[in-house]
Amino acid sequence: MSLRKYLDNIKPTFEKGGKLHAFRSVFDGLETFLYVPNTTSVSGTNIHDAIDSKRIMSFVVIALLPALLFGMYNIGYQNFAAAGKLAEASFWNMFMFGFLAVLPKLIVSYVVGLGIEFAWAQWKGEEIQEGYLVSGIIIPMIVPVSCPLWMLALACAFSVVFVKEIFGGTGMNIFNVAVAARMFLFFSYSSAMTGDRVWVATNSIFGLGNTLPDTFTAATPLGQLATGSMPDTSLADMIIGFIPGSIGETSVIAIAIGAVILLWTGIASWKTMGSVFAGGIVMAVLFHALGMTPIQWYEHIVLGGFCFGAVFMATDPVTSARTETGKYYYGFFIGALAVIVRVMNPGFPEGMMLAIFFGNMIAPLIDYCVVQCNISRRAKRVTNEK
Amino acid sequence: MSLFSKQNKEAFINPLNLDNPILVQVLGICSALAVTSQLKPAIVMGLAVTIITAFSNVIIASIRKTIPMRIRIIVQLVVVAALVTIVSQILKAVAYDVSVQLSVYVGLIITNCILMGRLEAFAMMNKPWPSFLDGVGNGLGYALILVIVGAFRELLGRGSLLGFQLIPQSVYDAGYMNNGMMTMPAMALILVGCVIWVHRAYFYKEK
Repeated sequence: MSLRKYLDNIKPTFEKGGKLHAFRSVFDGLETFLYVPNTTSVSGTNIHDAIDSKRIMSFVVIALLPALLFGMYNIGYQNFAAAGKLAEASFWNMFMFGFLAVLPKLIVSYVVGLGIEFAWAQWKGEEIQEGYLVSGIIIPMIVPVSCPLWMLALACAFSVVFVKEIFGGTGMNIFNVAVAARMFLFFSYSSAMTGDRVWVATNSIFGLGNTLPDTFTAATPLGQLATGSMPDTSLADMIIGFIPGSIGETSVIAIAIGAVILLWTGIASWKTMGSVFAGGIVMAVLFHALGMTPIQWYEHIVLGGFCFGAVFMATDPVTSARTETGKYYYGFFIGALAVIVRVMNPGFPEGMMLAIFFGNMIAPLIDYCVVQCNISRRAKRVTNEK
Repeated sequence: MSLFSKQNKEAFINPLNLDNPILVQVLGICSALAVTSQLKPAIVMGLAVTIITAFSNVIIASIRKTIPMRIRIIVQLVVVAALVTIVSQILKAVAYDVSVQLSVYVGLIITNCILMGRLEAFAMMNKPWPSFLDGVGNGLGYALILVIVGAFRELLGRGSLLGFQLIPQSVYDAGYMNNGMMTMPAMALILVGCVIWVHRAYFYKEK
């Protein structure tokens, strides 16, 4: 417990009147992140779970790691595949290249997002709510690898300030912070977020990887679909994740590992997650039967950000529907809308981001309807008994 | 009453800051979001609203005692519609490209809530001169916000101001890109929100 002792030793410097009082929020945040605070409420009866929001977020970050690590490897894989040097490249070569490509994004995302959160907490004299722990790792995972760092920084700042802090901070936001960051990037700098030039890293980093010619293009399978051609990747590649795409979204297997962790620990709701898939499958089967989409329903599910969104973003407990029945409607709406956008709007090859955003928007309405239904049903029961 | 008495000054100054139609009363938002994607139409729109508010205020104030209360809205509308038509025709004659950019929003000044609000709340019970000052003040208060939002949107969305390229090509070559969302009304709403935020924080005190 030397760390505990050390923290206790330096604690007074951060209290009011201490030398480093200006960094109180930083210290507070770190301390409660490392150790569950043992302070309890002084009034009323409260039931306290052993796990608090910071521990929940750590679990989500752990669940995201497989997808992130695979994403790094896939960046290297795509780069070497594009250069035609797949046979000579070792696993570590490819992974290190991807690691070096993603690391700056992670750092920028956390520095900007947490920086704003810490500063805000200090300014308002509040405790730090580390809601950004999860958003900070998701945001770099849902952008293309060639997304410039300044854009990422801007998007993080925008979403933390305008989507989270002005609504009252962690737990009060109506929109998912990571989705909002991607929306901002998508609508602000669409040429850097879609198309067939952004999905593969084209520059070598510290001598690792290959520099590809300027004319190099690689479309995502959904991008190919939107332009009217069939995706030329095999189903196995789609499931394992060896396709161009946003950093963390390509591998269904890595996401499935994360999903198991989330469901096993009970952090994500299986109702939301399952109904997102149900909605997507129903819609995709319907569209395929109507001849509006050339690919099968299972390809719709494994391609693009569908799995990533369903597992990590639609299940966000803050922005999803809170009533248990509402979760079914909420998830189904998101899954169905994602496929509808993909198939019916040629301007958007991928619809998961928009679907989750709209889902967040109507989640309070769903909750309201579910609660009102319940009330009127019970009221009827009472009047019938009389 | 002297020409620039304290009351008259307040009628002119207050709408610029503490009683700003957009920032405090949150009126006229729709046109403020629609026409501010560039600075030039924002300025023209602001001026048009200023002129129309000022003169419709004067006209209504001078005939306020003869207007029957039960049909006052339609009388006000006729006056405003006449002025809007004049302004719109002048715009088409002297600044055709801007009038095309503003499209329906010049005609929609008729339904601008700031205008109707000032006519109902001020011109109907005040003399022409204070009404004129009130109209100019409210119009300029509206124009001020339009110019602020328009300047930000054009600078960040197109890299220019009034059509002159301000952000040099070398910056674009270094990787900078125009923010496409700035040209959409959604971002205008966020910008107006930011202006209101700053205004509340530094100028406006809750009573």
